[in-house]
Amino acid sequence: MVTMFGVLMITLLITIVLVGSNMDTILKQGIVFQVRSEITENPAIAESFSSVEEFEGFIQTQIDQRIQILGLDEPWHSPQRIGVTMYKILLLDFGHATFLTSDEGSSDVKDILFEKLPRTVLLFTSATIIISIIGIFLGAFSSSKVGSGIDRITSSFAIISSSFPVWWIGMLMIFLFAFTWQIFPARATPDIPSSDPGYIGSLLYHMALPLITIVMIGFGSWAYLVRNFMVGIMQEDFIMAKKTIGIKQKRIIYTHALKNAAPPIVTILALSLSGSLGGAIITEAVFDWPGMGRLYFEAITVMDLPVIIGATYLLTVFFLVSIFIADLLYGYFDPRVRTGT
Amino acid sequence: MSSITPQEIKQEFLKSKMGIAGITILAILISISIIAIIAIPVETFQEWNNPGNWISNPKVAIPIWVNIFLTEKIPEHKILENPNIEKITNAGIELTSHQFGFNFNYDDFPNDFIYEFSSEYSGSPLLEMSVIRPDGIKLDLLTTSLPHSSEKTTHSERIFSTDHTIKKNLSLQSENFEFIFERLSTEDIVFSKIQTNEPLKGNYVFLVNMYGVDSENQIYESKLIVGGKAFGIMGTDELRRDLAIGLLWGTPLALFIGLVVSISSVIAGLLYGVYAGYKGKKTDEAMMRFNDVIYALPALPFLIILSVTISNSIFVMVGFLMIFGWVGIAKVSRSMSLQIKTRGYVDAANMMGQKDSKIILKHIVPQLLPYAFASIAISVPAAITTEAGLSFLGLGDPTFPTWGQILHDANTFGAAARGMWWWIMPPGVMIAITGLAFVFIGNALDAIVNPKLKR
Repeated sequence: MVTMFGVLMITLLITIVLVGSNMDTILKQGIVFQVRSEITENPAIAESFSSVEEFEGFIQTQIDQRIQILGLDEPWHSPQRIGVTMYKILLLDFGHATFLTSDEGSSDVKDILFEKLPRTVLLFTSATIIISIIGIFLGAFSSSKVGSGIDRITSSFAIISSSFPVWWIGMLMIFLFAFTWQIFPARATPDIPSSDPGYIGSLLYHMALPLITIVMIGFGSWAYLVRNFMVGIMQEDFIMAKKTIGIKQKRIIYTHALKNAAPPIVTILALSLSGSLGGAIITEAVFDWPGMGRLYFEAITVMDLPVIIGATYLLTVFFLVSIFIADLLYGYFDPRVRTGT
Repeated sequence: MSSITPQEIKQEFLKSKMGIAGITILAILISISIIAIIAIPVETFQEWNNPGNWISNPKVAIPIWVNIFLTEKIPEHKILENPNIEKITNAGIELTSHQFGFNFNYDDFPNDFIYEFSSEYSGSPLLEMSVIRPDGIKLDLLTTSLPHSSEKTTHSERIFSTDHTIKKNLSLQSENFEFIFERLSTEDIVFSKIQTNEPLKGNYVFLVNMYGVDSENQIYESKLIVGGKAFGIMGTDELRRDLAIGLLWGTPLALFIGLVVSISSVIAGLLYGVYAGYKGKKTDEAMMRFNDVIYALPALPFLIILSVTISNSIFVMVGFLMIFGWVGIAKVSRSMSLQIKTRGYVDAANMMGQKDSKIILKHIVPQLLPYAFASIAISVPAAITTEAGLSFLGLGDPTFPTWGQILHDANTFGAAARGMWWWIMPPGVMIAITGLAFVFIGNALDAIVNPKLKR
């Protein structure tokens, strides 16, 4: 737990250090702009000064005052400011986005993030679950017939599919199924407002193409992994013993062997769930799926720093939580590691 | 793990079909890289993002070889640079005539034609452009005088088929044709049959005559471009760039990125892990905690932030990729070195008073080498695809045409929506093939190193 918290803090620290100086300039420019626009809106202030120098001086003191109130007069790398920023982020207070808004128009980073997060989770969780189900059964099946045609096909498919980038297959799928044969929409963003009753249906329809792509690329390597675990387990003595007793091969594979392969499989499941969130950035950019990944990409392109920090934080939290869960599950399934800790 | 000698690995490797296939693909890729480096001068690919360099190529042209499979031939892009030159002097008037003859044998009109020239003259020579069609009809396209100059000057110009005077001149000759010219562009008339507006096949001759009084008048760098819809073996993109050059140059770049990242991160991870495992106790604990921290960092978001804030130069990017590459290998090699450490010969070496560094390098690391080679091969595709992914997001090094970069451009110009498969397919296929070569090699090695998987 301590390590995880440490990792979280280090991640935040690195992110802040990397984007900090840019953030400062942007904030300061924002203040200057704010002060100037307030003065132009209120001509009476400008008229009350006799000379231009005096007026400019007034503006400057106004700007300086505000910078001081917000604590921006200290450099961004002063320990006090980093501390305050990190404390705020821990409390999920990411501030306001500079450019991006949520669909409802809120510019609060928290609103934006929590609007996009469920969509990413929806797409990638369902993809990972489908992948793991297909993968486990295909893997178990081909491990029961090592060297058969299906085993060979699965293995070679796994190897081939793992060397294709998902986003490129995504481009191809869009090219084929959205433009050549117009079955699915090319942009994955639903075109009706979220209040509409048909929204969920539309969302699912728009989700189909990215989902198919992710599953297509993913299940091969899953099947291959499961197969390799199973092949290892099938060589163990207790399986041999069961075989000699006369328990059916099928039963051995799907109950006894699979149960023993569970710990690594569950660990990989938890890790790939969180890993897919990171990979979401490119995939969502290709399919234009309105989730965290695309948000992150948009934030990077316009340098919307509060959003970048917030999204990085959230991604890291997810990643760490899933590593933690993976550890717990491993301990649960494999009692051998449950010592001491 | 310990008993395999290099000779055995080599023998086993040569037996595996997968390994042979991987090595063959890799050899092909390496020879492509060598060809790219030798045949395409470095200047060309540095001009990759300079639109001026590609001006004489057609926009979004399909690869030429597609014509083989089509019954309706797509016009190929033609750049004619060597005209027949004639010089005639008659009653004090100098005539310089450049003739471009070519065979037009396609079922569609060309996109346009452009005549590009530089000329050296004095006075105010007259430039006349006309075309003799396969059916013998001669169409006058343009008569214009070059800007007056009393001294010798050089003048460069491009005459486009969209020129208004050409259109006007053609409409004056509309009695030759049996259809109405209205709204037809110049090339659709010049290359058309008389009865209907369909392409006329045969030999065309474009004539460019320059009349002047000065005998030293001359045209040089005279070039006729008949803009087609097919070009080169790989076609061109929206910015008229020859995709073949981009794809060729992408090969050495991808190999460079993949190999440098994987080799250096495997070496770093190996030494780190072995050292931690060998030292044990507090050192091990501290080093592994640090390892955990790096392991838990989300790689892609960090790579994106790093490339945006620090630099997106390809060499710096290689360094960034290494930061996240060594972690897994360090973990595995630590546990392996924990096992090897307990063996008798390591103890013996220790008791003999050998230095730690010597024990690690001489007794432990060699044991891990087969595993290290397998992991190098396996981690190459990841490095290549990650770099391609970053480039695809537009965060790559813009000075180098990597495959990811080409796909990024394809995506921004909506290649998928416009059906431009030749812009999307080849770069991805190249990424996949390169990845595949290393996966094959890696898997073949892995099967030798971990005999349990073989069966």
